[in-house]
Amino acid sequence: MTTLLNCRDVVVEYPGKGFRKPPFRALKGVSLDIRPGETVGLVGESGSGKTTLGRAVLGLAPVTGGSIEFEGRDIAHLARRARRALASKIQVVFQDPYTSLNPSLTIERILTEPLTVRNVGSAEARKRVKDLLDQVRLPTDAGTRLPREFSGGQRQRIAIARALALDPVLIVCDEPVSALDLSTQARVLDLFREIQDRTGVAYLFISHDLTVVRHLSHRVAVMYQGEIVEWGDGDQVTAHPQHPYTKRLFLAAPVPDPVRQAERRAARKAFAKSDAGAAVAG
Amino acid sequence: MWTFIAKRLLSGLVLVAVISTLAFLLLYVGSGDIARHILGQSATAQGVAQKRAQLGLDRPVLAQYLTWVEHAVRGDLGQSWFTGQQVTQGILDRLDVTLSLVVGATILSAIVSVVPGVAAATRGGWIDRTVQVVTMLGFAIPGYLIALALAIELAINLGWFKPTGYVNPGTSIAGWLGTVTLPILALSAGGVAGVTQQVRGSVVDAMRRDYVRTLRSRGLPEQRVVFEHILRNAGGPALAVLAVQFVGMFGAAVIVEQIFAIPGLGQISVAATQQGDIPMVMGLVVVTAIIVVLVNLAIDLFQGWLNPKVRLS
Amino acid sequence: MNTATIPEAEISTAPAEAGAQLSLFRRLLRNPVAVVSMAWLALLILTSIFSPLLAPHDPNLASLQDVLANPSAAHPLGADSAGRDVLSRLLFAGRYSIAGALLTVVVSLVIGVVSGLVAGYFGGWFDTIASWTSGLLMALPGIVALLAARAVIGPSMWWAMAIFGVLISPAFFRLVYASVAAVRDELYVDAARVAGLSDTRIIARHILTVVRAPVIIQAAMVAGIAIAIQAGLEFLGLGDTTKPTWGEMLNDGFANIYSSPMLMLWPSLVIGVTSIALTLLGNAMRDVLERSGSASRSNSKTPMPTVSAEPVVTHGDADRSAEELLSVEHLTVLYDPPGGRQVIVVKDVALNVRRGEVHGLIGESGSGKTQTAWAIMRLLPEGARTTGTITFEGQDLSTVSPRQMQRVRGRKIAYVPQEPMSNLDASFTIGHQLVEPMRLCLGISRQEARRRALDLLARVGIPNPELTFRAYPHEVSGGMAQRVLIAGAISCDPDLLIADEPTTALDVTVQAEVLELLRDLQKELNMGMILVTHNFGVVADLCDTVSVMRLGRIVETGPVMDIFANPTHEYTRSLFDAILDEETSRGPLENDTTDEGVPA
Repeated sequence: MTTLLNCRDVVVEYPGKGFRKPPFRALKGVSLDIRPGETVGLVGESGSGKTTLGRAVLGLAPVTGGSIEFEGRDIAHLARRARRALASKIQVVFQDPYTSLNPSLTIERILTEPLTVRNVGSAEARKRVKDLLDQVRLPTDAGTRLPREFSGGQRQRIAIARALALDPVLIVCDEPVSALDLSTQARVLDLFREIQDRTGVAYLFISHDLTVVRHLSHRVAVMYQGEIVEWGDGDQVTAHPQHPYTKRLFLAAPVPDPVRQAERRAARKAFAKSDAGAAVAG
Repeated sequence: MWTFIAKRLLSGLVLVAVISTLAFLLLYVGSGDIARHILGQSATAQGVAQKRAQLGLDRPVLAQYLTWVEHAVRGDLGQSWFTGQQVTQGILDRLDVTLSLVVGATILSAIVSVVPGVAAATRGGWIDRTVQVVTMLGFAIPGYLIALALAIELAINLGWFKPTGYVNPGTSIAGWLGTVTLPILALSAGGVAGVTQQVRGSVVDAMRRDYVRTLRSRGLPEQRVVFEHILRNAGGPALAVLAVQFVGMFGAAVIVEQIFAIPGLGQISVAATQQGDIPMVMGLVVVTAIIVVLVNLAIDLFQGWLNPKVRLS
Repeated sequence: MNTATIPEAEISTAPAEAGAQLSLFRRLLRNPVAVVSMAWLALLILTSIFSPLLAPHDPNLASLQDVLANPSAAHPLGADSAGRDVLSRLLFAGRYSIAGALLTVVVSLVIGVVSGLVAGYFGGWFDTIASWTSGLLMALPGIVALLAARAVIGPSMWWAMAIFGVLISPAFFRLVYASVAAVRDELYVDAARVAGLSDTRIIARHILTVVRAPVIIQAAMVAGIAIAIQAGLEFLGLGDTTKPTWGEMLNDGFANIYSSPMLMLWPSLVIGVTSIALTLLGNAMRDVLERSGSASRSNSKTPMPTVSAEPVVTHGDADRSAEELLSVEHLTVLYDPPGGRQVIVVKDVALNVRRGEVHGLIGESGSGKTQTAWAIMRLLPEGARTTGTITFEGQDLSTVSPRQMQRVRGRKIAYVPQEPMSNLDASFTIGHQLVEPMRLCLGISRQEARRRALDLLARVGIPNPELTFRAYPHEVSGGMAQRVLIAGAISCDPDLLIADEPTTALDVTVQAEVLELLRDLQKELNMGMILVTHNFGVVADLCDTVSVMRLGRIVETGPVMDIFANPTHEYTRSLFDAILDEETSRGPLENDTTDEGVPA
C-alpha cells in the first residue's frame, strides 16, 4: 500500500449564518495524499482552509463533496460509531497547549482517556502512561499533576503523548508549535521527528510558517483561499516556489539575518511591483 | 435598523401569540367544569347546562379559541364571569396605576445604580465592599418584606407617608407622590441591587480590556475613558439585567399593591385568581406579555444604539 | 425586588477541580460567612424535621381565649388571631417551606440542566426550541404565571412550587447552556472526540465537571427565591390555609398589624434570614471558586525570575551622535497581591533609545519585555509597583503627576499594541477613535481633526479612508485594524513609539507590509522606537539596536549587526541555535519505508 490517506476533491461547506444566506465554502475541492511514514506539510495563512482540511480528516468538519480515503476506505461520511472506531488509527495534536488539555484532569487521566475506550485495565493503563511520558521525555511521576503545573512546551509534549497512546498510523498536527517559544519550538519539532523515525507514523503537519514546514516535511502543499495552489516535494516547494502566492509567502517571512533580510526586502518589493505579485496581493 | 425593529416586533408578536394560546388551552381546558364552579354545588344540572351554553363553553375548544382571538385582536378580551365587567376596560382602568409604580421603580433603579456601581468598580477598597454588602442584602431580602418594613416604619410609626390607598396624579401631584413613594422604593430595592451588581461587574470587566490601555496611551483623561468608553460598553449587560428586573418588578407589584392597598392590576389579579375568573386571568396574562414584549423591544433598541454589533446580528 | 427575577447566568471561569464538591465544602468551612449561613440553614432543617418533638403545641390548635395572646410561658412567642401558638406554627411551617423550595429546586434543576446540556452540546433544532422556550418562560413575571395557574388548579402548595420550578428552570438552562457552549468548542473536547469517546462519556467527563460548581451555587440562589415566592403567594391569601406556613403567618400578622405588631416580626425574620443565608452561601461559594481559579492562573503565567545579578553583555554603541530620547535605569516591576506572594517581573533593567533609533526588545514569553514597555508609559495593570528612573527628554517620568503623564502619552510617547481587534473600542466608529485624542492632544477643531484622520488613514495604506473612517472596528480586517492603530499612534506626532509585538497577530504577508509601514513612518517622522518582539526576523528587518531579555533581565544589548554576528551571552547563543535555518529541508520520503518500495 503506497498511500495511507487520499483526499480527492474535498469540499467543506458550513451552513450560512442566518436565513437564506449562502453556505460558506471553506474548502473548494482539495486533493492530497499521504504515504505511510511520511510527513506532508500544509502551509497557508488564516482563512486558507488548512485547519479545515485537518478537521475534515479528523471527522470534525462536514465534508459535503469529494472523498477522503483512509487505508482504501472512504471515511468522510462515516456514522458516529464507525468513526469512533478509527480513533486508534488517526490522532491529533492541536495548536494551543493551554486549551487542548482539560485543566481539571490530572495528566494520568488525560493520557488514559483514549485507553478507557479500548477497555484497557487500570494497571496496564498506568504502565502505558509511564511509557508514554517516557517517550515524550517527561518525568514519569508527572501523571499525578494538573496541566497548569506545566509550561507550554511540556503541555504540548503531553498532547503528543495522548496522541501516541493508541499507536496511530497518522497524526494530524494543527499548528503544534506556533504557540511555543523559539527554543521550545525547536525541541518539540525534534521530538516529532524522532517519534516518526521510531514508530513510522505519518503526519499531516499544518502550519503558517514555511520554515517550520520545510524542516519537517517530505512533501508540502500550499493552500490559498480554500484551494491547494502548489503541491510537491518539500525542498522544491519551499526553496524554489513556482506559484506567485508561494513566492509571496516565501518573501514575506523575515530572515533572522540583517544583511540577508535587507536583500529579501528588496526582492519582496520588486516582486510586489511585478504582475505576478500584483495578482496575489492581499 | 428598520429590519432590526421589524424582526424584534415580529418575534414579540409570535411570543404574545404563543403565550396567549398556551394560556387559553391551560385555562379553559384545565379548569374542568367551569359552569358548575361558577354556580356552585347546589345548582341544577339544567342551570349548569344553560350557563355553559351562555358562556359558549359547550362549543369545541378550537371554536372557542378562534372566537377569543377574533375578539382579542379587536381589543376585546371578553367579559368577567363574576362582575360582568369588560375585561379590557377593567385592566385599562388599573394599568396606569401599576405601570406608574413599575416604570417609576425601573427608572429609579437605572438612575440610582450607576454611581455606586461605577464607584465600586473604579475605586475599590471600602466603597467596593460596602456596595457589595448592601446590594447583596437588597438582592436577598424579598421585596415584600422591605415593603412591610417601610410601611410600618415610615408610614405607620413615623407618619411620613400614607400607609394605604392611591391618589390620582390628576387630582394632586403631592398626594400621588405621598402614596407611590413607598411602593416604588420597595419595588426598586431589588432592582437597584441587581443593576448595581451588574454595572460593577461589567465595569470591572470593561476596565481590563485591551482597548482601555490603548485609549489611555493616546493621552485621554481617566474620566473620559471611564464615562465615555467603559460605561458605554458596560451599559449593554446592565440594560439586559434591567429588562429582567422589570419583569420581576411587574410580578412583585402584585404583592406590594396588596400591602399598600393600591388599586392596581395586583388587586384584580388576586381577586380573579381566587374566584377562578378565567377571562380576567386570561386578559391579565396577555396584557402582561404585551407590556414585557414592548419593554424588551425598547431595551433592545437602546442596546443597538449602544453597541453597533447588536444591530447587525 | 428579587422574588420573581431569574438570576443572571454566571459562568465561573474557575476550572473545576477534581472532586470539586468535596474540596469546595472544605474550603467553605474556612469562610466565616459561609459557616454562619450553613449553620443557620442546618438549624432550620433540624428544627423543621424535629418540629413534632420541639413544638409546645399542635400548630393548628385554635383557642379562643388565647387570641392574639402576648408571649407567655405557654406561648413563648404569643398566639395568633385564632389563638394558635406562634412558635409551633413557625417550626412546622419550616417543613413546608423547605420541602416546597426543594421541590422547586429539583424540578428546575432537572429540566434546566438536562435541556441545557442537550441544547448546548448538540445544538440543532432542540437548541432553537429550548432557547426560545427559555425566553418565553422569562417573558412572564413568575407571580403572574403562578396566579394564572392557581386559578386553574386551586390552592395546592405542591403544584404551585412544581410549576414555579418549571418557570424558573431557565435560571439553570441558561447557566448550563452558556457553560457548555463555552466548553463545547474547546480543543480538549475535540481531542476527546478524536480519541473515540462517545458523546455521553464526553459530557460526563469534560462537561459535567465544568457546570457542577455553578449549578450548586445557582441551586442555593433558586432555593432562596422559592422560599420567598412561596411565602409571597401565601401572604396574598392564595395558599393552602389548612397548613401552617410562614407566608400565611405573615398575612395574619399584617391583618393585625395595629393590635399585635409582633406577630409579623417572627415570620419576616425567618423568611428574611433564610433568604439572606442562601444568597450569602451562594456568593461565598462563588468567591471560593473564583479565588482558587485566579490563583492557579497567575501561578501558571508568571514564572519567578531566578537569575542572580550578572553583568549585562554590552556591545559598543554604534552611533553616539543622535540626541538621547529615553534613558531607563534600574527599572524593576513587581506585583505584590494582598495575601499572595510577591512576583518580580522586571528586574534592574537599563535601556537607552536615541532619536531616530529603533531599539528591539526581544525575549521569550514571560521575559518581562511587555511589562517593561508598559512600565515606561506607566500603563501597568493595577497592583504593579515600579522602582527606578525613566528619563524622557530630560524629565523623570516615574515621578511626574498622573496629569503630567497623561500629557506625555499620545503627544510624546505613543503605543501600538499586539492584538489589533481587542484594542479598538467596538462601540465607536474608527473615525471617532482617531478624532477624539487628536482634538484633546492637539486642541484642534472637529473638522481639522477629521481632515487629519483621513490623511492619516490614507498614509497608513488604507484604500478607502472615508469608508474606514465611518466603519466600526468589527467591519475591518485584522491587518486594516492594525493600520488604524498605527495611524492613531502617530496622530499626534510622538517622539517615541512603543510597538508591542505589532505584527504577531497578523498573517505573514500582512506582517511584511505592516513592518514596511512602520519603517517608513519611523524614517519620515524621525521617531525613536521600541519594538517588542519574539521574532529575530522582525529584529533583523527593522531594528538598529537590540536588547535580549530573559526572566525579567536584559542579558545582552548592542547594535543589531554586532549581536547577530557575534552573540556572546550563553542565552542569546542558545536562541540563535534554536532558529531553524532556511537551507536544510527534509526532502522526499525515502522509498524503503513504503511496503512495496515503489518510488513515488
